[in-house]
Amino acid sequence: MEDIEHIEKEMKLIDSNGRRLDGRSFDELRPIRIEAGVLRRADGCAYIEWGGNKVLAAVYGPREAHPRHLQDPARALVQCRYNMAPFSVSDRKRPGPDRRSVEISKVISEAFSSVVFKEQFPRTSVDIFIEVLQADAGTRCAGLTAASVAIADAGVPMRDLVTSCASGKIGGVVCLDLNKDEDNFGEADCPMAIVPRTGEVVLLQMDGHLTYDEFQKAMDLSIDATRRIYEMQRDALRRRYSVTLEDILKESPPAAGPVEPEAEQPREEDFGPEGI
Amino acid sequence: MSEEIVSELMRAHVYRLASTGQRVDGRGLDEPRKVSVARAFVKTAEGSARVKLGNTDVLVGIKMSVGEPYPDTPNTGVLSTSVELIPMASPTFEAGPPRPDAIELARVVDRGIRESKMVDMERLCITPKEKVWILFIDIHVLDYDGNLFDACSYGAVAALASTIAPAKNQGLGDDFPLPVEHWPVSVTTAKIKDLLLVDPSLDEERMADARLTVTTDENGDIRAMQKGLSGSFTYEEVKRIIETAQRVGRDIRPLLQSS
Amino acid sequence: MQSSGSLRPIVIPGEAVGGPGLKPGPGTYSEGGRVFAAQLGIRNEHEGLVSVIPLNGRYIPQRGDAVIGEVVDIGPSHWLVDINSPYPAPLHATESPWRVEFGDTARYLKVGDVIMCHVLSVDEIKRVQLTMQEREARRLTGGMVMEISPTKVPRVIGKQGSMVSLIMELTGCRIYVGQNGRIWLDGDDRSAAMAAMAIRLIEERAQAVGLTEAVRELIEREKQRRRGPRPS
Repeated sequence: MEDIEHIEKEMKLIDSNGRRLDGRSFDELRPIRIEAGVLRRADGCAYIEWGGNKVLAAVYGPREAHPRHLQDPARALVQCRYNMAPFSVSDRKRPGPDRRSVEISKVISEAFSSVVFKEQFPRTSVDIFIEVLQADAGTRCAGLTAASVAIADAGVPMRDLVTSCASGKIGGVVCLDLNKDEDNFGEADCPMAIVPRTGEVVLLQMDGHLTYDEFQKAMDLSIDATRRIYEMQRDALRRRYSVTLEDILKESPPAAGPVEPEAEQPREEDFGPEGI
Repeated sequence: MSEEIVSELMRAHVYRLASTGQRVDGRGLDEPRKVSVARAFVKTAEGSARVKLGNTDVLVGIKMSVGEPYPDTPNTGVLSTSVELIPMASPTFEAGPPRPDAIELARVVDRGIRESKMVDMERLCITPKEKVWILFIDIHVLDYDGNLFDACSYGAVAALASTIAPAKNQGLGDDFPLPVEHWPVSVTTAKIKDLLLVDPSLDEERMADARLTVTTDENGDIRAMQKGLSGSFTYEEVKRIIETAQRVGRDIRPLLQSS
Repeated sequence: MQSSGSLRPIVIPGEAVGGPGLKPGPGTYSEGGRVFAAQLGIRNEHEGLVSVIPLNGRYIPQRGDAVIGEVVDIGPSHWLVDINSPYPAPLHATESPWRVEFGDTARYLKVGDVIMCHVLSVDEIKRVQLTMQEREARRLTGGMVMEISPTKVPRVIGKQGSMVSLIMELTGCRIYVGQNGRIWLDGDDRSAAMAAMAIRLIEERAQAVGLTEAVRELIEREKQRRRGPRPS
């Protein structure tokens, strides 16, 4: 309700200087922050803030696929469930999947299905869960981007990460990464996802009105942006596991009192695990 | 170990340790885990809080809208609580309609808040018999490591405490903070054989014979109770558990109140 | 003192890891003549093979692995054992150390029992069979069992068992590490708890340099803490 109220008369989504309502230019991404390993129970997980979006992604698997009759004897199933929390949108959403969530779940499942090494895990399922905690348009792109990190975090073998982004058209101008108002009042939105190394497109949807030329502009913007987003995904995974001895000792402050005298200290190399 | 079944070996270990007054994570029998509260986590909600109780992680969002009152309470606002055990929180949670345990959780949390009159629902009446505020408490369990009763309750209380009613949007004057008058705090105790453990961890919960959740207010008065699982308590144990709940409740209450 | 700043480089899936003359090993895949990482982990070169040692991942059973499992179901001629892997693992009565009559399986192993056993076989579609006919196999009692990520098992064991020996020596607790990430700590509750703490540290910081130091320090601190303040 409030959206319509505050964008009533023709609000200019993009002005003559190419400035959007939130101050961005046509090719600017909203601020993105990704963190891996935020939950304990899941095998892998990641949290992403993308503009006003807050999305959590988690992975279980490979694990035994249930019900049994859905098992594939030759490969793992890759199944994603995308869900929005009731409080994630301005008008409360009733709990449970709606048709939109089911469709998004399907296209994301298919995107990951093309990169996960499924044949290594017959009869199992890799279950991916995307939970939107706060929505501001582009939730499927944010969810997919986070889910990639979660799958890698879980150690599920894959060819590459998958990176996702959307572009659209507002006020006649092709722009990158539409926010909620721009999506509601713009002329087109086109989410996509690619495999960064090869450029394969594994998710592509579009609704609205774009000329062929405009579509290409939109894709170019998105593909370019995915390069930056990929770096953030990589960075999140590296940060999750990078530690030094300093960090270890910082976490447990030394107890007072003398330490018992040590026998001769063996060198670090002797204790490396086999092969490392 | 196995997701569903606690091994005999671990049961013996947990019980042995607990008999000496210690638990696997180093806590004493009467000690709850660390509680952390982050308020206003979700901007699309009128109020929200993310609470961690040990590793159990719960996000609660409060949504408010205007609608008709229930016919039998024409002058009070409507309170509706629901809990979603989302599948990412535990390998044992499946997608689908709420199971009995999710429904029980929601109803017990709701009871604690409603019966303590934490929010005076009569003040949420706009036009008697026609228009009242509707308060949705949506509890989203993100990570399950034992004791959802307390984690969900703390999340709901902390979220309500920082909720601002969107009156301006509804043309009903200025936005106002929810009128909070009482502070219910839920404390759950699990019974393993003859031992009582406060704030059970995941393993302790899976081994427990019986469980009792007691919600007390700032005066130490009892506002809600729920006994669960198929074992039983002696009357003496029930009294001890209530006294513990009053004491632990006093310690936890300040953490839930607005800073 | 070890240099505290050194990190081991982490690679992510899809990253190129190959080099001249290197063949693809575990944790990698090859495409178009080049080798790429398939998992998040640490790049490793060994005898002409480039591999990625994963930082996380489920336990995938291999023939001969020593594992610690929990009985989760019983049939008339077998037990079903949870070995923390995507695949259920049956232990046939004929592979047990006992003479089990048909239908009498519950007498020897009940649901909830913990056993040390080995992976007898894994077929092409990943069906697993267990055996308890090896020497160390038995039902476990006493002590406690903990679970770590199976990818950290080599680090907990250490080169030629050096890390696990260190912990056993410092804590006085016997430790049996299953390849599936399950570890049996056989000792009194205190020493088991100290050993568990040390193992958790290794799990969380597996690829840090100077880990041995840190483990040693952690156990010493814990012993200090338990001894209490010294009289002045």
